[in-house]
Amino acid sequence: MTRVRDALAGKRFFITGATGFLGTALVERLLRCVPDSEVVLLIRPGRRATPMQRATKEILKNDCFDRLRQQHGAGFEAEVASRVSAVAGDVATDGLGLDEEGRLSMSECDIVVHSAASVSFDSPLDAAVEVNLLGPSRVAAAMVAARQLAEHQGRLGPVHMIPVSTAYVAGTHQGEAKEELLDANPFSVEVDWRTEVDAARRQRGDTDAESRRPKRLVQFNKEARGELGAAGLHLLAERAERLREDWVKKQMVEAGKARAQSLGWPDAYPYTKALGERALVSQFGDILPITIIRPSIIESALAEPRPGWIRGFRMAEPIIISYARGLLREFPGVPEGITDVIPVDLVVAAIIAVAGESLIEPAESYQGPTVYHVASGIRNPFRYGRLVELVTAWFTEHPLYDSDGQPIVVPAWSFPGRGRVQRQLTRASRAMDLAEKLVGSLPIRGRQAEWMAALEEQHLLADRALGYVELYGAYTETEALYRVDRLLALWDRMDDDDRQTFCFDPAAVDWETYIRDIHLPSIIEHARVRTTPGRSIKPNRSERARKAILSPDRHLAAFDLENTLIASNVVDSYAWLASRHLPAGERAAFVADLLGEAPSLLALDRRDRGDFLRSFYRRYEGAPVDRLRDDGWELFHHLLLAKSFPAGIARVREHRALGHRTILITGALDLVVEPLRPLFDDIVCARLGEADGKFTGRLEELPPIGEARALVLADYAEAEGLKLEESMAYADSASDLPMLEAVGFPVAVNPEAKLAAIARRRGWHVENWHKADGGSQPLLPLGPLDRRGSLRRGRTSPAALAGSIRRNADGGHR
Amino acid sequence: MSPRPGFVLDVDRSTPPTLFWHGERFSLERLPEGSRVIYAPEPIDPLQDPSAAIRAALNYPVGDSDPLPSLLRPGMRLTIAFDDISLPLPPMERPDIRQLVIEQVLDMAAEAGVDDVVLIVALALHRRMTEPELRHAIGDRIYDAFAPAGLLTQHDAEDPDALVHLGLTDEGEDVEINKRAAESDLLVYVNINLVAMDGGHKSVATGLASYKSLRHHHNPLTMQKSRSFMDQHRSELHSANWRMGRLIAAAGVKVFQIETTLNNDTFPEAFRFLQKREWEWKAKDRIGYLAASKALDRTPARYARQIFHSVKAPHRMTSVQAGEVEAVHAITTEHVWEQQGVIVEGQTDILTMGLPYISPYNVNSILNPILVACLGLGYFFNLYRGKPLVREGGVLIMTHPTRWEFNPVHHPSYIDFFEQVLSETTDPVEVADRFEEGFATDPWYIHLYRTGHAYHGVHPFYMWYWCAHALQHLGAVIIVRGDQAAVHRLGFRAASTLADALEMARDVVGPSPSLTHLHAPPLLMADVQ
Repeated sequence: MTRVRDALAGKRFFITGATGFLGTALVERLLRCVPDSEVVLLIRPGRRATPMQRATKEILKNDCFDRLRQQHGAGFEAEVASRVSAVAGDVATDGLGLDEEGRLSMSECDIVVHSAASVSFDSPLDAAVEVNLLGPSRVAAAMVAARQLAEHQGRLGPVHMIPVSTAYVAGTHQGEAKEELLDANPFSVEVDWRTEVDAARRQRGDTDAESRRPKRLVQFNKEARGELGAAGLHLLAERAERLREDWVKKQMVEAGKARAQSLGWPDAYPYTKALGERALVSQFGDILPITIIRPSIIESALAEPRPGWIRGFRMAEPIIISYARGLLREFPGVPEGITDVIPVDLVVAAIIAVAGESLIEPAESYQGPTVYHVASGIRNPFRYGRLVELVTAWFTEHPLYDSDGQPIVVPAWSFPGRGRVQRQLTRASRAMDLAEKLVGSLPIRGRQAEWMAALEEQHLLADRALGYVELYGAYTETEALYRVDRLLALWDRMDDDDRQTFCFDPAAVDWETYIRDIHLPSIIEHARVRTTPGRSIKPNRSERARKAILSPDRHLAAFDLENTLIASNVVDSYAWLASRHLPAGERAAFVADLLGEAPSLLALDRRDRGDFLRSFYRRYEGAPVDRLRDDGWELFHHLLLAKSFPAGIARVREHRALGHRTILITGALDLVVEPLRPLFDDIVCARLGEADGKFTGRLEELPPIGEARALVLADYAEAEGLKLEESMAYADSASDLPMLEAVGFPVAVNPEAKLAAIARRRGWHVENWHKADGGSQPLLPLGPLDRRGSLRRGRTSPAALAGSIRRNADGGHR
Repeated sequence: MSPRPGFVLDVDRSTPPTLFWHGERFSLERLPEGSRVIYAPEPIDPLQDPSAAIRAALNYPVGDSDPLPSLLRPGMRLTIAFDDISLPLPPMERPDIRQLVIEQVLDMAAEAGVDDVVLIVALALHRRMTEPELRHAIGDRIYDAFAPAGLLTQHDAEDPDALVHLGLTDEGEDVEINKRAAESDLLVYVNINLVAMDGGHKSVATGLASYKSLRHHHNPLTMQKSRSFMDQHRSELHSANWRMGRLIAAAGVKVFQIETTLNNDTFPEAFRFLQKREWEWKAKDRIGYLAASKALDRTPARYARQIFHSVKAPHRMTSVQAGEVEAVHAITTEHVWEQQGVIVEGQTDILTMGLPYISPYNVNSILNPILVACLGLGYFFNLYRGKPLVREGGVLIMTHPTRWEFNPVHHPSYIDFFEQVLSETTDPVEVADRFEEGFATDPWYIHLYRTGHAYHGVHPFYMWYWCAHALQHLGAVIIVRGDQAAVHRLGFRAASTLADALEMARDVVGPSPSLTHLHAPPLLMADVQ
């Protein structure tokens, strides 16, 4: 006979936080081990998907259900459909945001398990307060309403609430903590939870107001410009606003940590959870039967649904992976200290046992809210020193490999104090900060720019490592022990069958086997790190990205020209065209003049590309149209093609071969890009006005650069019925961001430093294309002297173009 | 003293190291005792008065042809086609033979009152020549007279309006050639015959043809059946061209063929040591070698290449004959053999060759890896009559830097061929079946071929087909001191020294192999007995 299973058979559970690690495992276990049980899941409403679609996607598709899927085979869908339902709602909203149907659904449940929480140790204060502090009370309030509704309809309604809290609500002080309500805990500081809620909400308002002060806004703008360069007003504004929001968030995180620490908790998570318990007990302790479950650090499954099952990245994994990668050389902790870890399936079993118990025990015997710890520290202690030994030994045997396929040697652990580790990491982070600023000010692109971005990533990793130490250090250094007397008493009351099906005895864990054979292999698999030596045979990220880009499903590929397909620019082209008709003696002087102007041209280009082009193209004023159009071809075959990136040109052709539309969008002049026409389906470029066979030097319309380029692309896609999210854009500079951002598959080609950093951060595909080794590479973009021109000079107008160049150079930029 | 004939040296203990070309550089390698080195005959004496010889040839044609002056009359359409930049190698010092010949043809045409004259560069699928190259080939006077008026044209194998289909040969081969040439009253073809492969019906049938026509003989099977393509009597390539040439004649196209031969005086004074036999080097040659090799070692490849491509050869004309194509070519071939023929006894297990910086397809450009393969396995391997120099299953060792370098203006489709085709397969038949048509009909390559200075999209395939006979015949190909990645892409093996290469070769041909070194350029033709 199985008491718990029989008691729960056919019962209906209302579960919050089912998309989480614990929640998913709970849903699976109920469906698999409790006959005919049903679950109603509270799911946050998505923009497009229905709650049930979200539940299917985010919960039922998880590999947690593989075992169940196997058991039922083709019948899985039907099984699930008959036992799982989802209602839209959110624990951060009063009344859970349930609609009529949701409320009815809840009233038809027997047990309410509240496992939704903001588990991140660095949530903003107000967010943690809304979910962790107010969440349990909101669920309880909804449950009260559900009971009334049920009573109204002559039913019983949900009879028991099981909120999941954390063992750390008792603090991380030395000594043992009992399974008792916080009011009974002599170490907890008395604060009124209502005051804390108000304060947190006020803090958000204040911080937001602070972030909008002119001085701050100017600062955000400056940072945005520093990051993106001349990316156009819209993007800069967007970025500045993001920076402001990030700043507010960071302030709120800080505020949460500061407030928690001032009250003796390591961070906002246990602080808000603790107050959440208090709020719940003080408001509903007398109205509702409540049993609080307080697990310690939940880690991968010991056995159910399979050993090592884990969802998402928990607390210890990033630390372990960082260590295995050699990034985190030290982590604070005392070797004799106890690391209180509990496998997820044990917590799930405890919840189910408690639920079963609540149905078995007569309602009259309920004597107010009770607490169960689900922790291993006392029953089956696992020393931090032992953990480190096991981890080190494991990674020495199974090292991770760096991108070159070389094994990474894990550092020896010296159990330093938290202060020392923090100081080390802070120093490293600062040094990288400096290096980054230095390199960022250099005009580099391509590979070097990528190194720069790699440096930035290292910086990010160092910062993250520092974050781990700051966040989790308190937990590895904790010396608190969580008593499990009540849990063990419950274990004693279980019969053998139940014990088999729902094992929650912490003594069941053999730590060595658990760490070595279950946990580490599982998280290594999840972390997608390299575990084999030598060069990977599997396609790497860049190859996968290339494959996605070169899928026949894509629609449109837009290309920039300069430094994306050709290592040349408008100044080169101009110099080549203009010098072609200059008398031999003046050519050198002309080029020297142009080179002299280079710095000011470059500066203007950086400030505003549109202004630069407009002013630069004035130089073409008075130049004969026909001759320049002829010369454009020579320019292309002699200079541009020689400086082209063959891989880039091959890529354009590849896209066309795949049936993608290809479009060149460039600020270069039509006469320069005309020979490229057969390469693309369409070309959008700058065009100069013409009068009496001469160029006016004025652009006919806004050149397609910056934001205009994104608009051109969007218009083109719309007119042709192509989807931008299925399209690619190739460009080299941060000023091309609007176009890159507009498409689903942006590609940074030989990116300059700013774009390289952005591309790396956003995981954009990067291509490094170079000129053909072997193209003629003239030092100066001088056109070969046109002998036909010089022969004809006597008859035609005297070197009109050459004349106009001299005029402009004298009057213009000097 | 009359020039000495070609010579096969047996290497013994006293033999000095042998000169190997290595792209824009060279080295001296000590060959194992018992090896053979084949030297070309010394340059034969040139014609004393080339102009008079040309005039005589035009006035006293061979075969079934009237003298040129009697073929010219007022009101006729006269077209003069001539060989392009691929001949001769290296380009010759001014005046180029083409200039000398065309000037006389034009003088005769002017005398006869012909005023409809067009010059056509017989490019086939080669790149268009640049203005300086054209000026060099035909001289400023002709260039300035014809080019501005649009009367100097370059054959465009992709201009449907400028081609005419003359019919099919007995074997069903399309014959499609330049329309202006075909519809002229007289087509004068001006040829330079550097190697035995050149000239004859190949001049018009290939030089002025379209892809549609060329594909019938520029393919792996034809090349595998051409043993060698330097020997027109055993060359399927030539059989096809001869069929086409006869069809062209039968279609009423009147061709007046002018062929010329050169002596193999290949290098100017400073590089004279390159065409001498090492044991005869004088102090001057040694100094020349040292100065050149030391200077080149210190020169970046890019500039070394510029230096070599500015070298003009002191080639001199050794014969000129005109008239009916086949009669003319028979005489030409004899002259070529006279200058280049060397009798060699028996085949060898290992053939070594130093590859120079130049081939027909990279004048003023780069000998990219595909052209390296073509020069070694296509041209040099096929410089034989009778049997190949190296036995079947033998090893070919070539020295060349084989850099992963391409000229994007001249060889754009080569870049893609190397990246996309050779990365998949190096089997010429598979290459042809899977990829040729795509490259040949690619509009972008056609665009670059027609408007720029690019070889046609299909051209790298032809280079690879040129290797087909050698690839079928050889047991292994080793490139010494080449870029490893590029060598592997070609499907060859890479060695860092000649000694290493010989070790590797022994694995293929056995422990005590025979070795022969082809000491070229200057070019020679081995008559393997």
